[in-house]
Amino acid sequence: MYDIIVVGAGPAGLTAAIYGARAGKSVLVLEAKSYGGQIINTPKIENYPAMPHVSGFDFATDLYNQVLALGVTIKFEKVLDAFDHGEYKLVKGENNEYKTKTLILATGADNRKLGIDKEEELTGHGVSYCASCDGSFFKNKIVAVTGGGNVAIEDANYLSNICSKVYLIHRRDTFRADDADVAELKKKDNVEFILNSNVTKLNGDNVLESIEVTNKITNEVKTIPLSGLFIAVGQVPENENFRDLVNIDDRGYIIANESCETNVPGIFVAGDARTKTLRQLVTAEADGAIAATSASRIK
Amino acid sequence: MIELKSSNFNDEISKGKVLVDFNATWCGPCKMMAPILEATSGEVKDIKFAGLDIDDNEDIAIKYNVMSIPTLILFVDGKEIKRSVGLISHDELIDFLK
Repeated sequence: MYDIIVVGAGPAGLTAAIYGARAGKSVLVLEAKSYGGQIINTPKIENYPAMPHVSGFDFATDLYNQVLALGVTIKFEKVLDAFDHGEYKLVKGENNEYKTKTLILATGADNRKLGIDKEEELTGHGVSYCASCDGSFFKNKIVAVTGGGNVAIEDANYLSNICSKVYLIHRRDTFRADDADVAELKKKDNVEFILNSNVTKLNGDNVLESIEVTNKITNEVKTIPLSGLFIAVGQVPENENFRDLVNIDDRGYIIANESCETNVPGIFVAGDARTKTLRQLVTAEADGAIAATSASRIK
Repeated sequence: MIELKSSNFNDEISKGKVLVDFNATWCGPCKMMAPILEATSGEVKDIKFAGLDIDDNEDIAIKYNVMSIPTLILFVDGKEIKRSVGLISHDELIDFLK
């Protein structure tokens, strides 16, 4: 029986492991894929206090090694389900079952899909969710970005320096992104805004060739030939497996209070998976520390 | 893991089963993929594991329509049999190679 099991080895989960281990608790971290979470996709982190320029990979690797050095076990095994038995919780992984006194869910979030035909089939063949990863494949080509938040505007900005033309397709005519960044983007000659519109169709057999964009107000459908579509329409939490375990809000986030407690005693939630107003590296880590400290108080 | 280049690519993949990892130095998920490939190569003996830097060997990336990294392509006697796009876990890689 472990004192604490953490599900997810992103910044929230690994920080929870540090605080749990340093409180003298036995800690197991279970991760489905690889450590680091979404931050590994960021080439340069520029808003982390006192570390003005650090790559996401280096950051995640330092954090991972810090956790290992504390004697925490990290297993790469997907968690399928978990059950509350009061005194202990039972965690069902793909290969094993584990018992723990407390459970910290730090499952994070994944890219939201558009949910249209061929989206999965053309991913890696013109459809991408990561401009900084895949942008350089589209040098001097025509691309589009869809979304209206900070990531979409940053992606469009980044791509406008590489690609011959960038369309920014957004379902509204106002942006969640910072005004300054939108104004900056509007100044670029090779960026065209298509507003009040959704991407409604992807064309191409092995490689993306064009997209169809539908204006929500006029219902006009326009076909745009291009090589790349970058989808930046936000994140979805990965909490489906825990729907029967803890209370989840209508957007899929696990409901938590200031101490990262869920409605079930002994089960905590940290990072992007929980209800909160700001999902950032620094807030994920803060959650991890709080959740592990709360968990460590349980005898 | 063998390091492939445009000059030796065709030769290296021409015989048997070869898994090629298309990657780049600036790609975080590729760096995450590397130790997973390394560990798996020790377990799967009948497949040759190889890597290709897409910046140094752009012609090969274009030839195989690689537009996202990491991309893994399994070749058998020089022919593409399967591909997987994006970071995958050790277990997913084992499944992919079956």
